[in-house]
Amino acid sequence: MSRLSEVRTPYSQSRASSLGLRALILIGLSVALIVADYRGQGLNAVRRGLSLMAYPLQRLVAAPAAAWDWASSALTTHHSLTDENSALKNAAQQNSIKLQRLTSLEQENQQLRALLGAKPALPQTAQAATILQIDLDRMRQRVLIDQGARDGLTRGQPTIDANGVFGQTVTVGAMTSEVILLSDPGHAIPVRIERNGLRTVAIGSGDAHRLLLPYLPRNADVQVGDTLVTSGLGGVFPAGLPVAHIVEVNRDPSEPLALISAQPAAALDRARHILVLSAVPVATLAPTATPLTQRAAPAQKLRTARSR
Amino acid sequence: MSAYTRHPMLFATVVGLIALMLAAIPLPHLLDLIRPDFLLLVVMWFALMTPRIGGLTYAWIAGLSLDAFRGLVLGENAFSFVVIAYLVHYFYLRIRMFPVTQQALIVMSLLWLYQFLLFWIDGMTGHAITGWARWLPAITGAALWLPLSGLLARYTQRS
Repeated sequence: MSRLSEVRTPYSQSRASSLGLRALILIGLSVALIVADYRGQGLNAVRRGLSLMAYPLQRLVAAPAAAWDWASSALTTHHSLTDENSALKNAAQQNSIKLQRLTSLEQENQQLRALLGAKPALPQTAQAATILQIDLDRMRQRVLIDQGARDGLTRGQPTIDANGVFGQTVTVGAMTSEVILLSDPGHAIPVRIERNGLRTVAIGSGDAHRLLLPYLPRNADVQVGDTLVTSGLGGVFPAGLPVAHIVEVNRDPSEPLALISAQPAAALDRARHILVLSAVPVATLAPTATPLTQRAAPAQKLRTARSR
Repeated sequence: MSAYTRHPMLFATVVGLIALMLAAIPLPHLLDLIRPDFLLLVVMWFALMTPRIGGLTYAWIAGLSLDAFRGLVLGENAFSFVVIAYLVHYFYLRIRMFPVTQQALIVMSLLWLYQFLLFWIDGMTGHAITGWARWLPAITGAALWLPLSGLLARYTQRS
């Protein structure tokens, strides 16, 4: 300890007495920040500035994983590349066949909608984003993506991966955004059982492989293997995207509600690239709204199918 | 002359930045669960050993940068860091008298207090998560106190 005490600089009495005052000022500042951040979106500019300062450090932390990615893609053999190429060609062919059918279905759908006098469904744009390999809070299921306000992102945009719904953006920084996953304990998504149209809410469990459906009565028509799709209620997620598959239905006679859990369709803990969909157009909620202006972003635009 | 004696502020900043990066480095899930709060340990060490440099302002800035990294609510880490640093500051002469193992016990209780403060703020802002895993990092943090204080003392001693 004697060695350590040499480090100590003389500490005068007047400084010690002002300690409480300084603590009070800093605590007051922090509380003001917490309240302002909790009450509204007034601190967006501060958050953006802070996230901009954190950005180089976050990039540095994610660098080893990114370098590994680059190395593994740069050092693949010719053989595996040709294999992958033929597999991708095959998949592209299959997809183009499906797409042709889809185009005709879409036209038919529009005509039917016109007959019914319904408003045509607005096309949604999507932009690709990469997940930065950074650990955020260990208790929560959140990831950081490499797109931010600069790329036109806003709070509450749905994100999907190749297999299903992934989550939604919660805080948007200048260059990065935080995405809350379906499995975060603080997340809930309105869903519909594809087989019979039964609507409910799936909430996160904190485990990337499990969602909970706690609000269905014991006699509800739910079976293991049922597919859950988004119901379109709530105004965040567009309707019809695959969310999860039911893996367990426990009808305990002593409980009024069934204990149901589902496995998310998206690879929540393995996905590296996700698509951020444009926010659900207000026009679908309020009939008088003006057409949505197109996002001015270097986005890879594609129309997401409204069907599965 | 060590790096510390020449530029104490720079040294504290660099150590803080390294701790901040350690807090975000991707780890397997099980290791992530027991990841110690590196930045808070560093803040506590500076508050204990060099109260002039690692004062409350240092703690506040460190907490705010952690908030910028992963804050759910801006200011929650800043608040908790200042409270912990104030306690360490207030009792620093007493805590220094203890052998390092007993210091580690005090550190553990302060780390638990930190988790409680976060839990409390999360609860008030509607994000509370209950789970036993929340309390694990305090134990690993206390275990890390001995090597960490030895390492930092090595770099900060004069001559």
